[in-house]
Amino acid sequence: MSEHAQDPDPMALRTEALEALLSEKGLVDAEAIDAVIARYEEDIGPMNGARVVARAWTDADFKRRLLEDATSAIAELDMGGAQTEHLVVLENGPRIHNVVVCTLCSCYPWAVLGLPPSWYKDPAYRSRVVREPRSVLREMGLELPADSEIRVWDSSAEVRYMVLPERPAGTEGLAENELSLIVTRDSMIGVAKAASETPKP
Amino acid sequence: MNGIHDMGGRHGFGRIVREDDEPTFHTAWEGRVRTIASLLLVKGCFNIDSFRHAIERLEPSAYLTHGYYGRWLGGLETLVRELGEKLAVGRVAGGVQAEREASTLPRFAGGDAVRTRNLQPSGHTRLPAYARDKRGEIGHCYGAWVFPDSNAHDRGEDPQHLYSVRFEGRELWGEAAEPGTCVQLDLFESYLEPA
Repeated sequence: MSEHAQDPDPMALRTEALEALLSEKGLVDAEAIDAVIARYEEDIGPMNGARVVARAWTDADFKRRLLEDATSAIAELDMGGAQTEHLVVLENGPRIHNVVVCTLCSCYPWAVLGLPPSWYKDPAYRSRVVREPRSVLREMGLELPADSEIRVWDSSAEVRYMVLPERPAGTEGLAENELSLIVTRDSMIGVAKAASETPKP
Repeated sequence: MNGIHDMGGRHGFGRIVREDDEPTFHTAWEGRVRTIASLLLVKGCFNIDSFRHAIERLEPSAYLTHGYYGRWLGGLETLVRELGEKLAVGRVAGGVQAEREASTLPRFAGGDAVRTRNLQPSGHTRLPAYARDKRGEIGHCYGAWVFPDSNAHDRGEDPQHLYSVRFEGRELWGEAAEPGTCVQLDLFESYLEPA
């Protein structure tokens, strides 16, 4: 029995056609696209956000500046990027829990957190977290005290939000660079606490 | 528009599904779509608001089933088709930075009680359906920003003051609201009136 050739992915075909059309108009070129993809895959991620959190945990003055004007504060750490976003950092505490969403599309502070995960951009999270945040967080593994206030920040304009999670107990002995290794992306969205276990690779 | 994209508060989408060690791009075409969109935006071929609105205008079943970058691809195809011969570098002035100098004083201040207007535009808006005709409290004014409802349709930037507004859970969701929850939205001045 002969092997059937795999049906080409229609999305791939449509993308090829679009790229060819734009290339013909001189608006894109393949090498530039390849270089940008490599940047997305290799250089961009939540490590910048983790550094910001670790600095805020260990430097009270930086934390104050961060909560007052995050865009300027992260520029102190050479962060901000070509498309400088207006960033606001939200501090989580034992009584107040902040969590971020974009119900209308997928707005996300990608200059500090990298590209968002699919779940953040998909209908289930976008539809439910504004209406039932406590249940959503529980489903995602985070149980909050019944008397804690939950604030859901729907990123409906160009302001971008990042959560400053609580510093875990038992981390007093860790240096700033060690602390940055335990800050998870999900804790900076607000759907998890910062882990206090061994650093993630 | 009251489109399929306006998902806040909807029922029926099921559980949140997370992929372990999710790659940046699942396929080569995803990366190319993302990059093509970024390049065209940076070059000013169209603005971010028009791009978002093109995605909002996808056929609803395509929006729900083609995946995130499938939506971007559909949006790009729509814009390229609609612009036709007009698709060019720098067609759009202003670039991607959306903060602008304010030409008026803000109408509202922190602590003000406001009500969102019952706006039901068929075009682009950043006032979600779940937050229309609802009472909220002004938290903070972020200064003036390009107004997406106008910019998406090439009707000019029309910069307006932008406010962080707090809505109690009960105000939005009635008795179904979980206790001790609220939603903060960033809303333009023309979406609001004094409560």
